[in-house]
Amino acid sequence: MIDRAQVEHVARLARLALDESEKDEMARELSGVLEHIEKISELDLADVPPTSHVVDVTTPLRADEPTACLTREQALDQAPATQDGGFLVPSPGAAPA
Amino acid sequence: MSDPLELTGAQAAAAIRAGDLDARELFEAYRARAAAEELNAFTWVGDEAPATDPDAPLAGVPFAAKDLFCTEGVPSQAGSRILEGYRPPYSATVVRHLQEAGAPLLGKTNQDEFAMGSSTENSGYGPTLNPWDRTRVPGGSSGGSAAAVAAGLAPWAIGTDTGGSIRQPAALCGIVGLKPTYGAVSRYGMIAFASSLDQAGPLTRDVTDAALLLRHMVGQDPNDSTSLPFPDPIALPTAERLDGLRLGVPSELSSDGIAPGVREAFAKTVALAEELGASVDETTLPHAPHALAAYYLIAPAEASANLARYDGVRYGLRVNGDDGLLEMYTRTRAQGFGAEVKRRIMLGTYALSEGYYDAYYGSAQKVRTKIADDFREAFDRFDFVITPTSPTVAFTLGEKTDDPWAMYLNDYCTVPVPLAGLPAISIPNGLSEGLPVGFHVIGPAFSEPRLLDAAYALEQAIGFDGAEARA
Repeated sequence: MIDRAQVEHVARLARLALDESEKDEMARELSGVLEHIEKISELDLADVPPTSHVVDVTTPLRADEPTACLTREQALDQAPATQDGGFLVPSPGAAPA
Repeated sequence: MSDPLELTGAQAAAAIRAGDLDARELFEAYRARAAAEELNAFTWVGDEAPATDPDAPLAGVPFAAKDLFCTEGVPSQAGSRILEGYRPPYSATVVRHLQEAGAPLLGKTNQDEFAMGSSTENSGYGPTLNPWDRTRVPGGSSGGSAAAVAAGLAPWAIGTDTGGSIRQPAALCGIVGLKPTYGAVSRYGMIAFASSLDQAGPLTRDVTDAALLLRHMVGQDPNDSTSLPFPDPIALPTAERLDGLRLGVPSELSSDGIAPGVREAFAKTVALAEELGASVDETTLPHAPHALAAYYLIAPAEASANLARYDGVRYGLRVNGDDGLLEMYTRTRAQGFGAEVKRRIMLGTYALSEGYYDAYYGSAQKVRTKIADDFREAFDRFDFVITPTSPTVAFTLGEKTDDPWAMYLNDYCTVPVPLAGLPAISIPNGLSEGLPVGFHVIGPAFSEPRLLDAAYALEQAIGFDGAEARA
């Protein structure tokens, strides 16, 4: 139902490195779960509106006034690597294959 | 006075207020027990009792918080190795509310990684054991909070429920667990799993404690735009009778797949409810059998987006590779996430990917509408819907870890509720094979005060004794 090639594609989208044995296991386990999930395709849902949220979510606006927020030191405090007051990351390097 | 660790939270608060109990001594007694515990219920325990005010509403009675609540300067790892050692610069609103009400933080409790699981076996820090039988799981994902309260390692605790993660461990550990109406409690500072479902709630020794903690957890928060003001005051429950109360038993959630011992306990509680004056009739939630499928599309889809933030840049683990930024991301996530979290990220990413979105995620959102409609119709005829909380009692460690769907079936009765945003409570209603069973009462949105009253009347009539697990 979901094969190794699809697993590799989805893992790339999800930014997850999977080793070879994990790929086969993931394909088997996801297929097993999807087999149960696909039962919803038996339902007639043609005219049913989707629910993304049970609360009527609107985007409230607050007054545009400065309020307290994290300091730069606090924001950087838990970072694995920093430099010159910013987060330090490896070079973007080569584009993904 | 009697052993202060045998007091409920409300009783301890009253004793402190009356001058019969010292809050510092109570904290120290719990701290010592929590620090020496052998259930792996805690991932962090405080070392010193903060000064508290005996006149504050919670009077210095300490609480335990599931690891995924951000606690300023205190490890908040959500059960994940990817957040090992993470100490947030701020506390979750609900933690702050409880502290402001006079409850100091006793410790952080173990959980399934990012709340994904029903047994606490998915924690990156080892499983928690069930205090009733240490060869068994406490349920999950709030298994550490449930085990801590059941074992008397904490007077009370808070957890989160996305598909059953408060109610199912409460049932398996013989305590009370309440999932509030979506929006009643701020999610600010809760490390997110599935944002349209996640809701914080209390895990307590009795219904009165659940009411007391909930009273200090609810409220609209400018930092959570989905939070709502709670419409009524939350009084401590006093009901002794259930006269005139109409209870509906959905046929879909009360027969197939429910263990005989759980069914037997359920039938006894139904008979008790009738003796207390309630009327009990069959009802139907036709789409409830499809709730698990909808849930295992919606929750992983939201999780796949929420967990994109763990990229080794701002906090937590970083694993560098030889090939730049992209490899750092993929290796960090490969090493930092456990197997179940990877499965759900994969499932969610797949369900949202091009070509599959409508068939999976889109359909699941429509099923969600039908489930909410089913409940609405049931509440036209009934005050509450009742089911067993969990189809089985606590299972043995490792029993269900090889088959994801077998594990997911634990949530069969609990998972329709958050899809509809409703409140529900689980109370212990007896033992089967010497292990606790839970009784599940589901109400309309913001019906918590009535729900607590009904649960209280049932609790008094059931007379469940959890002392064995605290021994």
